[in-house]
Amino acid sequence: MDEKKLEQNQKDPGKKKTGRSGSRRLVIQSIAALIQNANLKGFFTGKIYTGTTKKVCVPGLNCYSCPGAVGACPIGSLQNFLGGLKFRFPYYVLGLLIFFGALLGRVVCGFLCPFGLLQDLLFMIPFYKKNRFKVDRFLRYLKYAVLLVLVIILPLCIPLTPTYCKYLCPSGTTAGLFLSFANSSLRRRLGKLFAWKAVVLGIVVVSSLIVYRPFCKYLCPLGAFYGFFNRFAIFRMHFDAEKCVHCQACVKACKMNVDPTKHPNSMECIRCGDCVRACPQSALEQGFGKGHSGKTKKEMSQNHTAEL
Amino acid sequence: MKSFFKENKVAILLLVGAAALIFVGLFRSQTSAVLSKAVRICMECVGLG
Repeated sequence: MDEKKLEQNQKDPGKKKTGRSGSRRLVIQSIAALIQNANLKGFFTGKIYTGTTKKVCVPGLNCYSCPGAVGACPIGSLQNFLGGLKFRFPYYVLGLLIFFGALLGRVVCGFLCPFGLLQDLLFMIPFYKKNRFKVDRFLRYLKYAVLLVLVIILPLCIPLTPTYCKYLCPSGTTAGLFLSFANSSLRRRLGKLFAWKAVVLGIVVVSSLIVYRPFCKYLCPLGAFYGFFNRFAIFRMHFDAEKCVHCQACVKACKMNVDPTKHPNSMECIRCGDCVRACPQSALEQGFGKGHSGKTKKEMSQNHTAEL
Repeated sequence: MKSFFKENKVAILLLVGAAALIFVGLFRSQTSAVLSKAVRICMECVGLG
């Protein structure tokens, strides 16, 4: 059976298997987005939810001013603490962010983030696709700069200005669109700032048709933060180099352009599981408590050199 | 079970640290600060001012 699968895979290594797990992820993403935006009547009234559940930060990027939002945005809340008139260390928000990161890492991006779901849906639209290009590697560093400069340093220097939310966050712009559709008094206040944010959102939307998750790859500060936890999180990926037949199917299946055989717990991996499904030898697996007991490609080559 | 703790010791330490931070935040009523910001429309966030 395995030989048959391998033969088929060698014929077309990049071919994505029709897996129930892929559509299962879409279902989980949709349910997560619905739960985080359960105040559906807000979309018609143009008013935001004011219940006590907004004390809790949601794990993904979901603006608290979105009419549907029933939780608080972690990045907005973090900036609120850092950029207050009197500095307060954000114990609660940072604690929640570290909790989500240590437990899930970037599973949050792959399964729980509503803005990630939006980008996934946009990428499904048939359009010109160019997911691998030269500057991709360098653009990835931008999100760390966004986290450091726009989310931490500037709010600390300029009080009462949530720089990231104000000038960049496309999730806030979609919230603004929903609010202004339903609320005429807000619609009258649309000005230059909204025009700027609409341009940013437009660029993200159009590029999402061409590149897989451009916002997550290049700009999202939350993805940058959770990325640091991918190596240590309880949810991890395990690569068994002894099972690997070097067919490169996983590398070709990865839309985040990660090589899971070299870096199974890369900071860029959003745990979508495409590589796991693509592997004909089941050399990759991911889940809670998947440790590092298996040998990586690097360790295997070191052992091989030592044997020689 | 023992190997689970061994292989996830960093994550477990981070989770304990995170729980401690959350409790300090709760003790300092930081949830109220989060709530008061989240229940009002953030004009900067939605691009209105």
